Amino acid sequence: MSTYAAPLNDMRFLMNEIAGLKDILSLPAFADTVDADTVDSILEEAAKFAAEQIDPINIIGDRKQSPKWDNGVVTVSPEYKKVYKLFCENGWHAMPGNQEFGGQGLPSLVNFAVNEMWRSASIAFALCPMLTMGAVHAIEHHASDELKQKYLPKMIDGTWGGTMNLTEPQAGSDLTAIRTKAVPRGDGAYLITGTKIFITWGEHDMAENLVHLVLARLPNSDPGLKGISLFLVPKFLANDDGSLGARNDLICSAIEHKLGIKGSATAVMSYGDKTGAIGWLIGKEGNGVAYMFTMMNHARIHVGLEGIAVAERAYQHALAYARERIQGAIIGDAESKTKPKPILFHPDVRRLLMDMKSRTEALRAIGYFAAGQMDIARSADPAVARKAQAYVELLTPIVKGWSTESSIDITSEGVQVHGGTGFIEETGAAQYYRDCRITAIYEGTTAIQANDYIGRKTAREVNKETGETGFTARALYKEVAAFADELAKDAKLGDIGKELQEAARALIDTTEWAVKTYGPEPQVASAGSVPYLKLGGIVLGGWLLAKSARIAQKKLDAGATDGYYKGKIATTRYYAKHWLVQAQALKREITEGGPSVLGLDEPLF
Amino acid sequence: MKVLVPVKRVVDSNVKVRAKADETGVDLANVKMAMNPFDEIAVEEAVRLKEKGVATEVVVVSCGPAICQETLRKALEVGADRAILVDVGDIEVQPLAVAKLLKALVAKEAPQLVIAGKQAIDDDANQVGQMLAALQGWPQAAFASKVEVSDGKARVTREVDGGLETLEVPLPAVITADLRLNEPRYAKLPDVMKAKKKPLDATTPAELGVDVAPRLKTLKVSDPPKRQGGGKVADVADLVNKLKNEAKVI
Repeated sequence: MSTYAAPLNDMRFLMNEIAGLKDILSLPAFADTVDADTVDSILEEAAKFAAEQIDPINIIGDRKQSPKWDNGVVTVSPEYKKVYKLFCENGWHAMPGNQEFGGQGLPSLVNFAVNEMWRSASIAFALCPMLTMGAVHAIEHHASDELKQKYLPKMIDGTWGGTMNLTEPQAGSDLTAIRTKAVPRGDGAYLITGTKIFITWGEHDMAENLVHLVLARLPNSDPGLKGISLFLVPKFLANDDGSLGARNDLICSAIEHKLGIKGSATAVMSYGDKTGAIGWLIGKEGNGVAYMFTMMNHARIHVGLEGIAVAERAYQHALAYARERIQGAIIGDAESKTKPKPILFHPDVRRLLMDMKSRTEALRAIGYFAAGQMDIARSADPAVARKAQAYVELLTPIVKGWSTESSIDITSEGVQVHGGTGFIEETGAAQYYRDCRITAIYEGTTAIQANDYIGRKTAREVNKETGETGFTARALYKEVAAFADELAKDAKLGDIGKELQEAARALIDTTEWAVKTYGPEPQVASAGSVPYLKLGGIVLGGWLLAKSARIAQKKLDAGATDGYYKGKIATTRYYAKHWLVQAQALKREITEGGPSVLGLDEPLF
Repeated sequence: MKVLVPVKRVVDSNVKVRAKADETGVDLANVKMAMNPFDEIAVEEAVRLKEKGVATEVVVVSCGPAICQETLRKALEVGADRAILVDVGDIEVQPLAVAKLLKALVAKEAPQLVIAGKQAIDDDANQVGQMLAALQGWPQAAFASKVEVSDGKARVTREVDGGLETLEVPLPAVITADLRLNEPRYAKLPDVMKAKKKPLDATTPAELGVDVAPRLKTLKVSDPPKRQGGGKVADVADLVNKLKNEAKVI
């Protein structure tokens, strides 16, 4: 078993050198809140808490004591309860919240890094505060002051939990099929009836109350998305003094048996089996789905972060095993026949670990860059803010779709490093592989991310002034190409620059194709959308790694001795030779392969 | 009652230390540093005394280079009220020098109690607390596993060979913290955020009128010899024979 150690050096490097922490901290929104030293202290304390408290319970929730359902009541292990309590008491739960209601008002970038640690330590556990904070954001942005005052302080400090109720058995990716009903009671409240499924942490005993946000239809409403409204439906009705009142008419009728994230309870929720569950409208009627969309970037980027986090954890786990396990003589190393060496010296184990490490670092670079852009989008300079927001929009499907898809490969490589024992649960490698599988599905599947990326974020993005299509993507990829041209001339890193040049060219060409093809041949474009997402992810990851490598080289040239910098350059070179080279093939797959996807007539399947 | 707690910045206890190639000391390049774990326990005890209403102020001190501010800030994050850095620059500051610096600070701050870690995990000297008590002419209770303060006295349980010993010392006094005195808390996020606003003063040995020139010379620091593989014994008789005739322990 390995213990988690937050990759603080990579986190700090990315925050400072790639994501623009210094500029972010000087924004008016943060200047009086936090400084660089304090950010450093926060990272260190969070790293300690994640390693010592959360990481050890990951296995408990998965294989020793998963949440138990009994007659509507869900009980978690005492260890989960204890850590949740400490997590709240120590102020970590409230961290992302608004200062007005007891949060810390820190930059997204800082929250992102800290949240990576929680998720590396345990996705299942970290989902609980993540879902609560999602509900908090919805209430904060859209609910009445009365609801805010009543619910936010206790939700932010974790005394009460929050959940998001979108999915129904017949309404998965397509929310228009939602049937849950809300009927006005005449006194401002509504009675909710219906069944919701896949409700993450929909019922548990870590928090004293749960506040469910439920999408439902009013009588005679529009049959489409515009007929759906958002309601706040608490498990226990809250009295005006904040104490708990009557139990509401809602129940967790079952929890699911899952492939992964078994430490979290995924609930089936029944609303209004008796008289109707009492709820209150959030914002305006018919705006429910729109409110969900305003939180979409945030929620999706944070699911992408789960992919990054679990990839990192799987890498650390595999590396610890590879350093310790002795097996077989090393090819081309005669000495190893008499003096056995750990499997880390086998070239293919090296390849697996380099692959895990370089891809994880590439994903982290994109994620931290995007999180930084979320903060820069709050700049007082409208041009700077607009550009940053456009980058957030463009990068969101990549962070979500590509980080989570990659995490499946990376954790699988982690199992592979372990050999046969990786297939046995006791070694722990398999859990990461199972846990990350959901991340490519929930909060919008990879296909949804890819369609968003190729469509709304690229081919359908029109500059209102110039009429240019896909201008944000084009501008960003041009920046990548310009950097590559410059790096190709670098005496030490020119080889990396050349690979990036070719890969950037492939991305630019493919983007032109996507913009042209999307309108006239939507099915062909859609068939190529996931490979296109992959291409974007690979090239942008390579870009930020190459930028990192150049900074690392400058530090080494200036006399730095930290092995981290040498590692960054070696990792980037591996990535360039193994991943950037794939851009050419992907370009052909996308631009030439579409018709063949659709080439088999339906009856012939 | 004011409590003074000296804290030292040392190599993090999780780091596997290595001797420098030239054997002049431990290689500290790019190595993670942290507060000495026994000092964390001392800080925790002082903060608990404050929470119990026994202490009114907890002042932490570190004698070392300017970067020791980081270590002091850790103490502020878990509840110390203010911090003093004695900036000694790059010189190696040895136990007697630290004890003298603390004596000078005791004269200025007038604490009723000094709680120190029993030793630092880098040089394992285990001297500062005892030296300070001697220089001050104060009673001392080293290796505390339990501390109760009332009526101007401290009752200190200490771990000694073969059991526990309880001492009663009149205040002011010096106590040094052993491993089982308490379990240091995690810093709470709001306290981490506030720590930067707590006072952190800096002074120098010159200002305190203390000569900190090293008096001990390190001749050589080397890695411990590599362990030789052990052997298997055939049976109990063989083991007894080996213990008697080879190891000569029975």
